[in-house]
Amino acid sequence: MSLALAFQLLIQGILLGGIYGLTAVGLSLIFGVMGVINFAHGQMMVMGMYISYWLLVLLGLDPYLSLPLAAGAIFVLGYVMQSTVVNRILDFPEAMQVLPLVAMGLILENLALLFWGPDPRSPSTALGLATFTLGSATVDVSRLIAFGLAIAFTVFLVLFLKKSATGKRIRAAADNRLGAQLVGIKVDRVNNIAFGLGAATTGAAGALLLPLMPVSPYLGHDFTTTAFVVVILGGMGNLLGALVGGLILGVTESLATLALPATLKQVVSFGLLVLIMLYKPQGLFGGRR
Amino acid sequence: MLELKGIDVYYGDLQALRGVSLTVGAGEVVSVIGSNGMGKSTTLKAISGLLHPRAGSIQFQGRDITRLTPSAIVELGISHVPEGRQVFPSLTVLENLEMGAQFPEPIRRAGQTLEQVFAYFPRLKERLKQKAGTLSGGEQQMLAIGRGLMSLPSLMMLDEPSLGLSPLLVETIFEIIEQINQQGTSLLVIEQNVFHALGISHRGYVLEDGGVALSGPSRELLADPHVRKAYLGL
Repeated sequence: MSLALAFQLLIQGILLGGIYGLTAVGLSLIFGVMGVINFAHGQMMVMGMYISYWLLVLLGLDPYLSLPLAAGAIFVLGYVMQSTVVNRILDFPEAMQVLPLVAMGLILENLALLFWGPDPRSPSTALGLATFTLGSATVDVSRLIAFGLAIAFTVFLVLFLKKSATGKRIRAAADNRLGAQLVGIKVDRVNNIAFGLGAATTGAAGALLLPLMPVSPYLGHDFTTTAFVVVILGGMGNLLGALVGGLILGVTESLATLALPATLKQVVSFGLLVLIMLYKPQGLFGGRR
Repeated sequence: MLELKGIDVYYGDLQALRGVSLTVGAGEVVSVIGSNGMGKSTTLKAISGLLHPRAGSIQFQGRDITRLTPSAIVELGISHVPEGRQVFPSLTVLENLEMGAQFPEPIRRAGQTLEQVFAYFPRLKERLKQKAGTLSGGEQQMLAIGRGLMSLPSLMMLDEPSLGLSPLLVETIFEIIEQINQQGTSLLVIEQNVFHALGISHRGYVLEDGGVALSGPSRELLADPHVRKAYLGL
């Protein structure tokens, strides 16, 4: 094994890990506030990808410019999902919460199939092939931008939750739903916003991912499980934990290709999941509940 | 100012309240006493909109609030300090208090109300940046009452404010509850500590099996043979 190759893989892993982290941050936020696991998360990310794909192909809008639109559209999708479906199932046993959300994922996946067909599409973007060298490694400019924005969005989201009035309401409702109702917080609406924000981060991740990999309707499922593994790795409901967990998973998957065929990367992520469940089930950085 | 007319409340098929009628006048302190499971907390939950009665009505300041949401009821000026405090453990003391003010007028006057809360509970001011989950039970009770005051209620409902507190702290909390009333806030207090409850209230209701068994001025209830036997052990 050459050191140069390992360094190249390490960089790629870190950069992709940032995007894993960003989608996982959204999943973790949704879990932290509502206590539900959004099994449609990866499918929502794919929707974000297709929206920026459409804006690119139809209007010539670069994914970095269409990102706010993709994130905004997926925010609305998340808001509507929460207000129509998820708010009704919050008190259900966990096993029963899974089904409606898996169903939402299937619906989104099949909508993508209906609109865009089964073939993977990889549009060429302005910065798609731009690279520069760092020591012995080649760095994709779009990966670097994606990484930087992923970190920036996560930090922004954490600050929003910490400082803004809406963010404080979200944390209050997550902490104690009864207490939040009794001070007059409209908990349902706060939940809608929280789900919308979690969805928007994964929509943004989708837009960032578009220049990096071909988009197909079936991508969503893998990303749901990836985000799920990352969230468990970082601690359920812990946003910064999700970001760091994303980086760890990105690097591990990437470096594992030194020894394993790339098609086996899911073995690596699920292997990591099993190890965490066995030895540190509360996650590396501790979860909320 | 508050009037319950014959409300029936159910948990599923189980009837918890049977035709409960009760009034609280402006500036009054009213206590509701009774053993566990007799419907005291349920009564408060029905008033604050967490539960909706199947029959009967609830009027507040001449308005029908029977079907309103908890949020709308807080906005009208009823504040519910629940059993078990229900503070936000991972938020700081200051953030907990801020969350008590959700509507334009309380938010505008939040600075002033905070000073008032600190005057009642100096301890909270010392703990401002601390997470509520790290407070002692007594401090959490102070925080819950303080948070309840932040919405500028004209009626405050307290569910078991003395539960789990040391006798000394119980005295303090009841003194402050009286002060809050002297500032013009009407109070509806649920207590297992019947002596204290009847001691600070003008009138009282005794709930038994989900219905009002007895009501009257607190002094008369304290002298009532049934109350003395069943609740004071005399």
